[in-house]
Amino acid sequence: MADLRHNFVGIKSPNPFWLASAPPTDKEYNVVRAFKAGWGGAVWKTLGLDPHIVNVGGPRYGAIWGADRRLLGLNNIELITDRPLDVNLQEIKSVKKAWPDRALVTSLMVPCEEPCWEGILRQVEDTECDGVELNFGCPHGMSERGMGAAVGQVPEYIEMVTRWCKDKTRMPVIVKLTPNITDVRYPARAAKAGGADAVSLINTISSIISVDLDQFAPEPTIDGKGTHGGYCGPAVKPIALNMVASIARDAETAGLPISGIGGVTTWRDAAEFLTLGAENVQVCTAAMTYGFKIIEELVEGLAQWMDNAGHPDLDSIHGRALPNVTEWQYLNLNYTAKARIDQDSCIKCGRCHIACEDTSHQAITNMVDGERRFEVIDEECVGCNLCVNVCPVESCITMEKLPAGDLDKRTGKDVSPDYGNWTMHPNNPMRDAAE
Amino acid sequence: MVDRYLEDGVIEGRLDSDLYEQNFADAHPPLDPHEALVAADRCYFCYDAPCVTACPTAIDIPKFIRQISTGNLEGSARTIFDQNILGGMCARVCPTETLCEQACVRETAEGQPVQIGLLQRHATDHAMKNNLQFYDPAEDTGKTIAVIGAGPAGLACAHRLAMKGHKVVIHDANPKAGGLNEYGIATYKSVDQFAQHEVDYVTAIGGISIVNDSRLGDNLTIDGLLDEHHAVFLGIGLGGVNALGAETDSDDISVNAVDFIAELRQAEDFAKVAVGRRVMVIGGGMTAIDVGTQARLLGAQDVTIAYRRGRDNMNASSAEQDQSSAKGVNIRHWMQPVEVTKSGSGSLNVKMEFTTLSEGKLTGTGKFETVEVDQLFTAIGQTLAAGEAIASIAVEHGRIRVDETFRTSNPSVWAGGDCVAGGDDLTVTAVAQGRDAAEAIHAALVT
Repeated sequence: MADLRHNFVGIKSPNPFWLASAPPTDKEYNVVRAFKAGWGGAVWKTLGLDPHIVNVGGPRYGAIWGADRRLLGLNNIELITDRPLDVNLQEIKSVKKAWPDRALVTSLMVPCEEPCWEGILRQVEDTECDGVELNFGCPHGMSERGMGAAVGQVPEYIEMVTRWCKDKTRMPVIVKLTPNITDVRYPARAAKAGGADAVSLINTISSIISVDLDQFAPEPTIDGKGTHGGYCGPAVKPIALNMVASIARDAETAGLPISGIGGVTTWRDAAEFLTLGAENVQVCTAAMTYGFKIIEELVEGLAQWMDNAGHPDLDSIHGRALPNVTEWQYLNLNYTAKARIDQDSCIKCGRCHIACEDTSHQAITNMVDGERRFEVIDEECVGCNLCVNVCPVESCITMEKLPAGDLDKRTGKDVSPDYGNWTMHPNNPMRDAAE
Repeated sequence: MVDRYLEDGVIEGRLDSDLYEQNFADAHPPLDPHEALVAADRCYFCYDAPCVTACPTAIDIPKFIRQISTGNLEGSARTIFDQNILGGMCARVCPTETLCEQACVRETAEGQPVQIGLLQRHATDHAMKNNLQFYDPAEDTGKTIAVIGAGPAGLACAHRLAMKGHKVVIHDANPKAGGLNEYGIATYKSVDQFAQHEVDYVTAIGGISIVNDSRLGDNLTIDGLLDEHHAVFLGIGLGGVNALGAETDSDDISVNAVDFIAELRQAEDFAKVAVGRRVMVIGGGMTAIDVGTQARLLGAQDVTIAYRRGRDNMNASSAEQDQSSAKGVNIRHWMQPVEVTKSGSGSLNVKMEFTTLSEGKLTGTGKFETVEVDQLFTAIGQTLAAGEAIASIAVEHGRIRVDETFRTSNPSVWAGGDCVAGGDDLTVTAVAQGRDAAEAIHAALVT
């Protein structure tokens, strides 16, 4: 079996799956259940200063669903822990003592004043937990009080607070970033400049998940009113992957360890984060949807894939996809693909046809010789992949590369064997002067 | 088990009274709201959906299912009723396994079609329970049309005519309207007086009056009706039955399955419906299945359906055959009755000859088996029975000849449903023909 043991900035865990700082890690009871289930680590739900905050007494979550009410996106207006600081600290200490082989990191959020950070860091060190995560991410409730995303949106604040923390503690400092910014590289660079050992991302995305059409109020609705919350779950994974990759690829932050967060639901999601430069992943919504038992599928699925593909350990997959992430302008414009429909697995729903006919390139038939039949018209197919994406049968439609030298019936030209990108293209008014 | 279960003869009360209620409960109970959402989620919203093509009334099935999944039951029902105002009954009695659900791409994909029939029932039940009426009559055209027969074809025709602003008088031979929906459908397919609720729902549009116990031929003639009305629509079904075709001691030795089904539908107490311990049904269509299955449910111990050809030749769908078999009915193929005699005890000896195909023709094999039964049902097809009353209307292959607009040889008379040639004897087809005939009548009268 592949070796999933993991060392993140000196914090060891038996596997790279940590629970993210969130409701599942708010209490000893929950975290112990998670560790019993097999989770490699946990980031304790964010601690703040006493008097502890309070949560709403009404609904805290909203959701969007796919078919069969499968939860795709979750939105929450819960704040940081609403329990007294010393209760949390005692429980952290107790859990770490009972589970020395698991990673236990404490998330923190206090006002932007140096003594506040110094004070809480000292208390956290007493728990003997493995590190701290600075919550510069929460987009709701706390940000209006000058914390969370309000800090994460100002690189100078990130750098300042990170530096304070690095000065005051021996523990590794992970900076958790908000996605509610324009370019995530700036806050990441600030964290690095402040001395952060690592960054973790993404925190939740500012969102209104739905509107109650009877009350004309955002959901979740509290006494007729609603507010924006933080969006997470499978639907945010693409945003998170892009942000992780852009930090991993940035020359200024290259080598800065990343803990990947955002919609990890299956081992495959996790593997994708790891190949785009994350060293481990943090999970929340999937656990909140299905319970802690999903860790079995995550661990076994990742190890099985690594075994089958011949990847002995996590180092051998880390960042492997990064060299293939590029800018659009460097994509090979001579590469040509056409959709192919496997008639044996086609169930004749016609969604490929209507998607192409109404919204794309009129490149799929609906009738051939008087029979209901869906075939690709090579003269029209631009290889856009929409048909693949709307087809309900996996692998029924595939995109096949046209070999160099073959005629592309759409353009009437043979496929070029050469690499040619936009920077070289005659239609590009900005093309390299050398052309 | 009561003692009467094992008694020979045709007797009442073979079962404990609570068993009847259980046996004749809704065959396919409705989906609850959660089940409906799960079922609706499975629809792929196909392009030019095969299910729509397979539906004789061409209901926009992907649209009505999408409306269910978005919580718009009212709109869903309207989508159904736009094409099929008897969509409630069709949801109960359509052989969906050979129509929409057979064509469903998820049948192709997984062998499990979307439950279109039950979803249609979910939406139409919502509308009918809440008496949501979607249609108003157009401005009065001053035209009146006589519709003969208040079955599916006649009701669909009348409703569409009323929508167009015509006045409609329906004459029906029976004490209750509904035709085969009221008298011809297995009891467990239409419970709680659904057929009568549907008649009320359809006629609530206004402009439709129904005259019961008014049979074509009894003081009612086509010419007479045309004196009073601008057009006539015939939805008279098939009133006659085919003869047994075996040698018998007497004419009343067998029971017409159609009459038995009607008796059962009208029964206030199933325990009062007499049935044999040993029952044989001759035939291979839906009527044979319905009577055989219901005989079992009434407590017949031993029920055999005997059909002269093979399983694939039966008009009853394989799903219906399987459901009947699951109720304990024994379906036997390749045999036909040649002689029926009454024994001293009152039982019947049915001499069956095994059959085979010889050069494509059905022939006897010369091998026989005699079966002793208490009750013999014939379900071997129905015939047009209006006789003299429609003598002026051209008939072909025993049914009324119509053109593509359902107009008969008399240019003021249209016809639809089982009584016309070229149909498939389905409720849903009758609805489609009645509806389309109404459009043709409207076009003829107002242009």
